[in-house]
Amino acid sequence: MFKDLFSKKRKYATIPSERTQPNKMNDGVMTKCPSCKTIMYSRELKKHHNVCIECNHHFRLTARDRINSLIDVGTFKEFDIGMLSHNPLDFPDYEEKLEKDQQKTGLNEAVVTGAGEMDGYPVIIGVMDPRFRMASMGTVVGEKIKRAIEAAIETKTPFIMFSASGGARMQEGVLSLMQMAKTSVALKKLDEARVPFISFMTHPTTGGVSASFASLGDYNFSEPGALIGFAGRRIIEQTIREELPDDFQTAEFLLDHGQLDGVIDRKNIHKTLVTIIKMHAVDHQGNQGGQSAQ
Amino acid sequence: MTQKLPFEQPVVELQNKIDELKNFTKDKDIDLEDEISYLEGRLQQVESQIYDHLKPWERVQIARHSERPTTYDYIEHLFTDFIELHGDRLFGDDDAIVGGLAYYKGQPVTIIGHQRGRNTKENIQRNFGMPHPEGYRKALRLMKQADKFGRPIICLVDTKGAFPGKAAEERGQSEAIARNLLEMGGFTVPSIGIVIGEGGSGGALALGVCNRMFMLENSTYSVISPEGAAAILWKDASLAQRAAETMKITAPDLSELGVIDGVIREVRGGAHHNVKEQAGYIDGVLDQHLTELMKMSGEQLREQRYDKFSRIGL
Ligand SMILES: [Zn+2]
Repeated sequence: MFKDLFSKKRKYATIPSERTQPNKMNDGVMTKCPSCKTIMYSRELKKHHNVCIECNHHFRLTARDRINSLIDVGTFKEFDIGMLSHNPLDFPDYEEKLEKDQQKTGLNEAVVTGAGEMDGYPVIIGVMDPRFRMASMGTVVGEKIKRAIEAAIETKTPFIMFSASGGARMQEGVLSLMQMAKTSVALKKLDEARVPFISFMTHPTTGGVSASFASLGDYNFSEPGALIGFAGRRIIEQTIREELPDDFQTAEFLLDHGQLDGVIDRKNIHKTLVTIIKMHAVDHQGNQGGQSAQ
Repeated sequence: MTQKLPFEQPVVELQNKIDELKNFTKDKDIDLEDEISYLEGRLQQVESQIYDHLKPWERVQIARHSERPTTYDYIEHLFTDFIELHGDRLFGDDDAIVGGLAYYKGQPVTIIGHQRGRNTKENIQRNFGMPHPEGYRKALRLMKQADKFGRPIICLVDTKGAFPGKAAEERGQSEAIARNLLEMGGFTVPSIGIVIGEGGSGGALALGVCNRMFMLENSTYSVISPEGAAAILWKDASLAQRAAETMKITAPDLSELGVIDGVIREVRGGAHHNVKEQAGYIDGVLDQHLTELMKMSGEQLREQRYDKFSRIGL
């Protein structure tokens, strides 16, 4: 299984191609929906939380846009801004690829973490950005997420993670695999500290990320149509020699199969998160769970 | 207009007659005040004869009434900000049991209940409120989550029983029910259960190991359905009525046997006559007992639950 997953030919889990292709029109005045092909004003689309007005297709959000859409203005304090990946295996061309993605995205790595407030309630949040190396999990991604979890434990603040990932980062080999363990053992401590963890699996959350922190929320949610799974669709089809149903590994499929608490339209995510966070601010004996708002 | 049950026939007939007379006086110019008020007095007598002395089989019929309020109805009337949570994280999401987070008078709680369908289509989707193992496992997941975060647990019981099916056995129906009984014993948060319709066997008990257990006046709680009992005892399922009368399955019976902590009064003729009024009766009991239980420590809550179930049958 792992040999196949990690083979160079088929790197990362398979992502449907139309959603992988950066939509060139996105930067322009007009945007074409990859799902229903409707062409709409980019400004209109943005006003609609980047959700297609016609078919409810959820466009990808950058990490910054996601944070801006959820965190109270002026409250976000980013963690570990300067943490940069090295090339631990001396993998050919890795540095160049990192540099290219840094320039393309304006990010130093594939995850942005930090502390902020939602309707005045403090949260620790991490958001992955698939434009950067398909948000594959290397050492820096794992380390930043671990530190965010530690901050949540220390301050007893709810932890929110928006995952999106192609899986392991090939160029860091087994060190990448070990980030699954690193983030998961940190979550065990968070669990013991009884600090809530809300996990949002966004398009696409696959491979090692889905098989570690992304699936470990006290509450697991997703957005409509998101691809979530461990092994890629093609590898499964080749292995079992069967064609898989169209909705295989969609958020709705996972909901049916007991893996998600809910599939939530983007426009309702802020409200849902705030409601849950408020409910954890104080327990039945008046003990502070997450710190409550002023 | 609610659907009437067979034993309500005398009430229906009298009411029809009264309506007829009223219409008649409206059209013609005849004064039938005396006759009408006589019949209305008579109606009250008949209603009291029927509704104030309901026989077990009549209560079974009310408990099974297709319009009887379900878990979702009470969630709507008693709780706010309900966020439904799905899935057992193992196999599936069983629509025969629903649950999630909500506020009860400003207090965050976890609410879980069996959910029958309110029409044929929904009944198929929800398997007539008869859960599979994944339903119990979802309930347990949500209860453990409540325990972790210090939220009281409220369970609404309304099922004919666990689903007798092949898949359910393959996935460990017995283990799933048993696990709930064990884990519910250990929670350090208050738990309150209410039988709102039928409390069928292990499928009901899997949400029923609570600090306090109540039944609506016309609900039932039993080791097996009356039909099942009749089939086993007398090899004849049509003797269900006799079984219902013999087995002590009504709320007053269970109260007397010390199996439940109290009976919650019902709207006359059954909860389906007025959901809002019924929710009000539940509200009073829930509020009082939750307030009491929330003063107890985690250890006291565990001990209280242990003592309560230890004593049953002695
Ligand atoms: Zn569209």
